[in-house]
Amino acid sequence: MGTRDISIRIKEIETEIGQIKDIRFSVGRLAQETWDEPQGPTPFPSITALRDWDLTLLKRYKPFYLPFCDLCCLCTFGKCDLTGDKKGACGITMPAQQSRIVLLAACIGAATHTSHARELVTHLITEFGEDERLDPGGLNIKVEAPITRLVCGVKPETLGDLEQVLDYAEQQITSLLACTHTGQEGNPLDLESKVFHTGMIDHLSMEVADIAQVSAYHLPKADPDAPLIDIGFGTVDTTKPVILVIGHNVPPAVEIMDYMQENDLVGTIEVTGICCTGIDMTRYSQKAKIIGPISWQIRYVRSGIPDIIVVDEQCIRTDILDEARALQIPVIATSEKNCLGLPNRTGDRSDAIIDDLVSGRTDGAFILNPEMVGEIAVRTAMRMRPKHKKKKGSILSPDEAIEEAKRCTQCRECRRACPNDLHISDAMRAFGRNDPTMLAEIYDACVGCIKCEQACTQDIPIHSLIIIAAGEKLKNEAFRLRAGRGAIQDIEIRQVGGPIVLGEIPGIVAFVGCANYPGGGHELAEMAIEFANRRFIICTSGCAAMTIGMYRDEDGRSPYEIYPGNFEAGGMVNVGSCVSNAHISGAAVKIASIFARRNLRGNYEEIADYVYNRVGAVGVAWGAMSQKAASIAAGFWRLGIPVIVGPHGTKYRRMLLGRSDHDDDWYVNDARTGEQVYVGPVPEHLFIAVETKEEAMVMIAKLSMRPNDTSRGRALKLTHYIDLHRRLLGSMPTDIHRFVRLEADIPITMKEDIVAILKEKDWRETVIPDPTLIQKKEGSS
Amino acid sequence: MSQDAWLTAEVAGPKKASLITKPEIADAMIRRAKRPIFIVGSIAAEIDLEEKKLIDYIILMARRCSIQVVATANTNSEFLKRNFTPDAVMPAVDIGNRLTDPTWQGVDGKGPHDLAIFVGLPYQMAWTILSGLKNFAPNLKTISLDNVYQPNARWSFSNISVKNWIMNLEAILGNREA
Repeated sequence: MGTRDISIRIKEIETEIGQIKDIRFSVGRLAQETWDEPQGPTPFPSITALRDWDLTLLKRYKPFYLPFCDLCCLCTFGKCDLTGDKKGACGITMPAQQSRIVLLAACIGAATHTSHARELVTHLITEFGEDERLDPGGLNIKVEAPITRLVCGVKPETLGDLEQVLDYAEQQITSLLACTHTGQEGNPLDLESKVFHTGMIDHLSMEVADIAQVSAYHLPKADPDAPLIDIGFGTVDTTKPVILVIGHNVPPAVEIMDYMQENDLVGTIEVTGICCTGIDMTRYSQKAKIIGPISWQIRYVRSGIPDIIVVDEQCIRTDILDEARALQIPVIATSEKNCLGLPNRTGDRSDAIIDDLVSGRTDGAFILNPEMVGEIAVRTAMRMRPKHKKKKGSILSPDEAIEEAKRCTQCRECRRACPNDLHISDAMRAFGRNDPTMLAEIYDACVGCIKCEQACTQDIPIHSLIIIAAGEKLKNEAFRLRAGRGAIQDIEIRQVGGPIVLGEIPGIVAFVGCANYPGGGHELAEMAIEFANRRFIICTSGCAAMTIGMYRDEDGRSPYEIYPGNFEAGGMVNVGSCVSNAHISGAAVKIASIFARRNLRGNYEEIADYVYNRVGAVGVAWGAMSQKAASIAAGFWRLGIPVIVGPHGTKYRRMLLGRSDHDDDWYVNDARTGEQVYVGPVPEHLFIAVETKEEAMVMIAKLSMRPNDTSRGRALKLTHYIDLHRRLLGSMPTDIHRFVRLEADIPITMKEDIVAILKEKDWRETVIPDPTLIQKKEGSS
Repeated sequence: MSQDAWLTAEVAGPKKASLITKPEIADAMIRRAKRPIFIVGSIAAEIDLEEKKLIDYIILMARRCSIQVVATANTNSEFLKRNFTPDAVMPAVDIGNRLTDPTWQGVDGKGPHDLAIFVGLPYQMAWTILSGLKNFAPNLKTISLDNVYQPNARWSFSNISVKNWIMNLEAILGNREA
């Protein structure tokens, strides 16, 4: 990369104020004097610096393209029909076009996190100064920024140090986005390599964002005992004024809580959040409450409970102002990326803005000063509360809702718009006969997209009817979620590093991503519980973390109340919001650094090779929906961490699938002997969509196997895989012979069955190598 | 009968499925195929077709027409409950990927499949996988036997009623000896 580092040293200077000696100052440069780790081969890698590594992975995991559109309509030559082997006017093929769109999506995702990080860091520097020390974990964390160290080869120490990292990220994203222009990259695998690079940049920016906010706002610092906080509709005291905050960038929410604190208003107002701002503000204050993930927006707004809505950025419904207007709820937009068409009132007096919002003279205001937002949101909510007098349960009464249902003509256009093919029209018919049961069941699987309403030929507010039918369920949504703890402690890594690398902790499962679930959020919680009981380490973040919290066992406890928050076997570790995902990839990287003592500094390929061959981590984005989810996944892929998505995930247009039947694909180099050794398809896929929760669970167990597993570890992992396959898919798996390397790998309790299969498959013993995919360059020692 | 996707927004590209307007079309496709294969998704065991489930029709058809069966997801359990053992169990995208490989010798290793019959998968998952096959498996014919139009198959029913669907499946079965 080009560098902007400037370092100037002046021995002596005469000025009007006198003589100054020995001045030294730097611009765009991080202090590195305290870090003696040698620099690796790829600090600040360019978009092709890691291409060989990417192509090594892509040789095993070839793209299986699932075109979601047969056309290209990105330039005026088009639309071009790319079906089959046709080329577009620019010469592009269907595979390249699919990879190009994946790259575009990943760029959108990475740009979003990077922009978020930039806005946050700039704000925090303004507030706390550029010399504010980074402290994501106190004495428990020495490797404060593993992804930054790994990718950039620098060790940031202050908020100001993060700016250079973001300079690099922004430069890379610009170049990556340029690759999608007509007449640029046209080779599918080169485009895929750039997707991986985008993902790596995404994790870098996420790390920057989270360590900055954890440090400056004193969010939980790698704390396994982060407090349990309230989540769910039913936790809100509707007799108090209620503020709703939606989005991802927490400063306005922080200012709301600070204003309440400074004015002795804590406890008199409910501050509620949806999506990641909800998560991050509960990391700041235990008094704040989360309503739910992204899909709770419409149902909560239409409940009429919020007295004011404050939106920042990302994953906010673009029609939020329309929804709020229908209930006369004022809206404050706080991000330049999401102005909502509202007038910029940043320069106006607070009193005037509040008067306008309360009187209804304006629907909302665009205010770029978070501190001002804090005051205005609180004071407006307090004045709006009497106006909203009696809190409505909904915009319709139950009787009105039934009358609406009776207007349904059974045209089924609602069902034909529903992404989950829910039987809405049947439920409407029943509701019209005063039977809410079916509609209430639909609530559980509804993703809140309201496409049903858009399709309705009778303009029936279908989603509102679903909410009314499920009224009791909503009221009972009161759960406990462990606040996002941030990073994983170095000592935790030391304790579990060995068992993970040897396979004796069967794996790390990260439940991440959005809430576009195929069959309701309970499936995600059930998966997390299953694997926590199997002593995997469970990590959660963002909407997935919230969804898992919105589940209770027979004793009424949420998973976060059942399992400890430690990064250990059987732990349920909520790292925090979307940007906290970097702590999950960071934990994998820290295993290589802290446990295996590999150099991190600018040493991406070696560390990724280590993680790929040794760390049995699997990402599960069951409800992945967004472009950010695409870039987050891509960041895991480049580290060799497989990702499983739900059935909607096929709409990401391509999978990265291994072929277990191609033996030649599954050889590694044995670093001890230099020999090539067959290790079986571990992990078999890098990106795969599965159909059901049951299939996902079997896949998680399967993809947790790694070449480095000891026999004890492999036997344990095979036990989970076989047990789940038998229980959930009904039979023994037929590919066991591919995963057994030595007789000692065979789980003792299943020996008889497995030996019979091995005989039938003409299985032969092999060896357990010291695995690596990196070919030693000629002449290197 | 129309060629409208069941999910209204899932419009197809320029190349879209021909309609199976009568059961003889599907029957003829199966008869002509040398190496047909069923890809059966999890919903097959949930769909009621009067006194039977969809999966029961698949089993009858597979037996009578000698069609190999790949069970995706947990469909395998439902087959086994009915004393039917599928030829393979694998994720839908995995079998889809293999079908694009002209050198793949099929689930029994005896040669490439020439006809893939999709049924019982989530609609959009079948839509995308069939799109992959439409574009990257030029020698493979595909049929969707669900009662909703799948534009990316080579042949598909229109959006038909359950009654009509049963009639079609019965007619295909009726042409074969029990």
